Amino acid sequence: MIDIGLGHYLTLGAVIFSIGVIGIFLNRKNIIVILMSIELILLAVNVNLVAFSIYLGDLAGQVFTLFILTVAAAEAAIGLAIIVVYFRNSGTIRVEEIDKLKG
Amino acid sequence: MIAHAIFFYTFSIIAVVSAIMVTASKNTVHSVFFLILDFISISCLFIMIGAEFLGMIMLIVYVGAVAVLFLFVVMMLNVAQQKNQWFAGQQSSKHIPVGLIISTLIFVEVIIVIGGWKYKPEIFDINNSIAQTSISNTHSLGQILYTDYIHVFQISGMILLVAMVGAIVLTFRERSGVKRQSYIKQISRERAEGVEVLEVESNKGVKLDD
Repeated sequence: MIDIGLGHYLTLGAVIFSIGVIGIFLNRKNIIVILMSIELILLAVNVNLVAFSIYLGDLAGQVFTLFILTVAAAEAAIGLAIIVVYFRNSGTIRVEEIDKLKG
Repeated sequence: MIAHAIFFYTFSIIAVVSAIMVTASKNTVHSVFFLILDFISISCLFIMIGAEFLGMIMLIVYVGAVAVLFLFVVMMLNVAQQKNQWFAGQQSSKHIPVGLIISTLIFVEVIIVIGGWKYKPEIFDINNSIAQTSISNTHSLGQILYTDYIHVFQISGMILLVAMVGAIVLTFRERSGVKRQSYIKQISRERAEGVEVLEVESNKGVKLDD
């Protein structure tokens, strides 16, 4: 309990990952919160990679965390651009009302 | 060691609670603020565990760029009037059991993997880029990022470029009624269409028609 090890960080990552998944499922508000949940999931993956990298003494995990950071930033930019365009065209970003694709 | 435990539990509790608040708060602006808090506490954890460079980069990239981008979009789209009544609507209550079951399953699976994962002695031998303790974290990261991972690094730069172009192309909107400078028109103007030489009689003016 006092001795913080790899398992503690991995558990933290698992908890944040699960909260992100819950956020995607339970969200009825707007798509922006779903994007934020995706950011949470990527953050949990980053926690896992950094913890493994530190505890195994291999720097590759931190390098890949950098790349995940890059991809997360690109994903946020593109996703928000799509949301802005959709809001301009249809006037809503509520999840229930976005049903143009009949999915 | 006790300090490590205290800091770990403080930051991780803050991170988990703010992650819950991101998904649970009714106001989207509050969600963004809790997301910022989450990023900051996780980056504190990174700095504490020894990955200083990544912690600082998390602060710069996530808090400085991504979260502010979220804030901009939230405030631009005026979603405040679309106050949500989640847990209240008929449709949403159908999703709650499914979401809870799936996320609980994921959590249990990951915990099982963590619990069953044992340190293998040979796992320490297969790494080729061992962190050296004599130089700083940033120094050693740079040493392998620009040598072993240079191609991946450049590909990630290309990803950023494509994302930038994509975002601009998506949100670009041609406005009517805006006067623009047209270089080709300016350059291809001839003297004949711009200047006219007139014979002006004395005591009479010139009538210009335009």
